Amino acid sequence: MTTRPDLDHVRELMALATGDEKHEESSTSTLDALWVLYDRVLRVDPASPRDEARDRFILSKGHGPSAYYAVLAAKGFFPEGVLAGFLEWGNPLGSHPDRNQVPGVEASTGSLGHGLALAVGSALALRAKGSLNQRVVVLCGDAELNEGSNWESILLAPHMHLTNLTLLVIDNHSSSIPMGPWEPRLGSFGWDVVVVDGHEQDQLYDALSDRSHERPNAVVADIPEGEW
Amino acid sequence: MTDMRTQLAGTATDLLERDPNVAVVLAEISVDRFERAMAIAPDRVVNVGIMEQTLVGVAAGFAMEGFYTIAHTMAPFLVERPFEQVKLDFGYQGLAGTLASVGAPYDYGTEGGTHHSPGDVGVVLMVPGTDVLVPGCAAELDRLLRQTYADGRLTYLRASVAQNDVAFEVARGRLEVVRRGNRATVVVVGPLLSRTLAACEGLDVSVLYTASVAPFDAAGLAAVAGPDPLVIAVEPFYEGTMLTSLADGLRHVPSRFASVGVPRRFITTYGTAEEHDRELGMDVAGIRRRLMAALVLG
Repeated sequence: MTTRPDLDHVRELMALATGDEKHEESSTSTLDALWVLYDRVLRVDPASPRDEARDRFILSKGHGPSAYYAVLAAKGFFPEGVLAGFLEWGNPLGSHPDRNQVPGVEASTGSLGHGLALAVGSALALRAKGSLNQRVVVLCGDAELNEGSNWESILLAPHMHLTNLTLLVIDNHSSSIPMGPWEPRLGSFGWDVVVVDGHEQDQLYDALSDRSHERPNAVVADIPEGEW
Repeated sequence: MTDMRTQLAGTATDLLERDPNVAVVLAEISVDRFERAMAIAPDRVVNVGIMEQTLVGVAAGFAMEGFYTIAHTMAPFLVERPFEQVKLDFGYQGLAGTLASVGAPYDYGTEGGTHHSPGDVGVVLMVPGTDVLVPGCAAELDRLLRQTYADGRLTYLRASVAQNDVAFEVARGRLEVVRRGNRATVVVVGPLLSRTLAACEGLDVSVLYTASVAPFDAAGLAAVAGPDPLVIAVEPFYEGTMLTSLADGLRHVPSRFASVGVPRRFITTYGTAEEHDRELGMDVAGIRRRLMAALVLG
């Protein structure tokens, strides 16, 4: 498969996946973070999506997955042409991703508040297996963090010393209840918290790469309203 | 006789010891019974605290990584409170694991209605593809857990306080013919067998026994029930829960059905499980009275 792994091309691919405009802001606000993850941070192999040595990524919020699909396609997890059938009958790409249909997708998500607990379980399991080099990154939206189930896991992860877990929050200010300030809020639960500009890829890269080895990591990608 | 809750911990601990792919996730309940397990495999026995949504989600996360996961707490907090986690984190993801409960339907009767769960099996049956096993005694629980913990399926394993006097060679999908008669076929689930046999004394009925609610041996029922069957389920959960499975086996013949189960109403009384059995028509006298009524109406 020939791929052109650059962000402009990913945007072209996103444009193929039409029909989910109600989630357009949800999708575009994740694009830079997803691109940095898949282009520079995560150790994943499109030829072997379930390789045991891979890093794990869970798109917990599930909503607006066209950016996610476009990144996966650009990286060669599945043919780019599949994007043109987004939301169509018989196409594996729905408006919430399905792990059993889309190569590279770790978890079927869409109902908010599920991915973080799955990620905690995955991180605990990796430690139990002795897979100390692998990490788990889970992406949640700021509004998704309204869900109480997340706060169970936010309480649990530091207690379990899950330094192999990174919570990536895309704060596009879609929550009716303002969720910040993030540092004191998540920090009081025991997380190492960094807030960056959600469109600044070098900031995202530094935050996602330079991890605490004492506490679970939270990277908050701030997307100002209107700059989705 | 060992109680089922202790047996559950003992069998799970033995499996942890023998199989490095086993993991146990707890939510405070029964932690004292898993102390040895925690000492044996501290990374594979996790107590998440009082977080039932996270209990199921974390267990599914272990399953995503290939572990044979056993998640355990009281029935209402394992499958009713975090039902969406059961449905999505295990069911929709297509993940396998064992959800092992105690307390249903009203085993800890002094705790009141918040801790009762006569609807647990009905709830779990709404998750397509889930197996539901209700052992009748500790030996059967041990046998079923060993058979199924690594079978690649999602299983709800329900431990009870009540136990039968004898253990059967139970298995997933197995139905035992305990006795044969002519007027009706009584299908008994799990720990209600001993009291149902006592209730059937002198009645000309067949008695079948199963610990496997799903899958249910519909063909086995059809073979015994005959051409004009009256089938009565004696079920330790809400009455009528088994009816779809029973009817599935008898689609080829006009059939009559009745249920002796937990009445479908909130239970607001406090007391022992035995006192609730008496109040709800689930003791020997109550089951006999309800069976007789079904036979008369049938």
